[in-house]
Amino acid sequence: MTSALDITQAVNPPRAVFVNFPLGHQTGKPNQPELQRQIVRDAMRAFETIGKPGTIVELPYVWDTNDRRWEETDYTEGFLPERPAKADADKAEAERRARHASANAK
Amino acid sequence: MPVAYIPRTRELYKAYTPYRWVENRDTPPWTPLTKPIAQCKVALMSSGGILYRDQPRFHREDASYRLIPKDATQADLDVWHFGYRTDDAKLDHNCVFPLARMRELEAEGVIGELSDPAYSFMGGIYSSRTVRDELAPRIADELKRVHVDAFYLVPA
Repeated sequence: MTSALDITQAVNPPRAVFVNFPLGHQTGKPNQPELQRQIVRDAMRAFETIGKPGTIVELPYVWDTNDRRWEETDYTEGFLPERPAKADADKAEAERRARHASANAK
Repeated sequence: MPVAYIPRTRELYKAYTPYRWVENRDTPPWTPLTKPIAQCKVALMSSGGILYRDQPRFHREDASYRLIPKDATQADLDVWHFGYRTDDAKLDHNCVFPLARMRELEAEGVIGELSDPAYSFMGGIYSSRTVRDELAPRIADELKRVHVDAFYLVPA
């Protein structure tokens, strides 16, 4: 699966399926199971239909038919959130693990 | 128009030495599918930094991976990654780790079987050599052990 066509063309894997969505949505938009299912089903079908090594199948789904501005801004300056300070990240990590550990103990 | 991510990355990190992207010009290795996908055991892996319950998070240049039980639900999963906007994946892991969708395709008979567990790593690894020589062989060993027919890799 890929949303970065130029990187995948360079890597040249045996089989690939491309969907032109912003990074982080290679198998669809959040809480849209039907769209996600279509994309993943198309990918499974590609296992059977791709017969030539290095083929990239391009899927027809469009992120927003009325607005293609995401293509101008995706992965440009200011796109990535700032990395949290280590102390904040460690605190969040400890809380997450403690939450699940206590759930395991129940 | 597909976004040209290689020049975008070069621009975003222009203060640093230009990244040398992996370029494979030879014909890729080819393993033909020997039976219909409806009869295949398929394994799922995401590079989106997915974590199950209290599994430890990933670190910089981390070549480790996590095993995610195939029955994991949204409440079991979290995301740790610095190289993409993770908000939507945190809201619904199926954006980059379509585990629930793969379970449905298994139930519908579109695939023969979803291999258990699924796999996750954090794809923001600078060194392609680390991925090629450390991470990839370990994953390949895992997949050989469970005898999968097809491997579905979803990046983030």
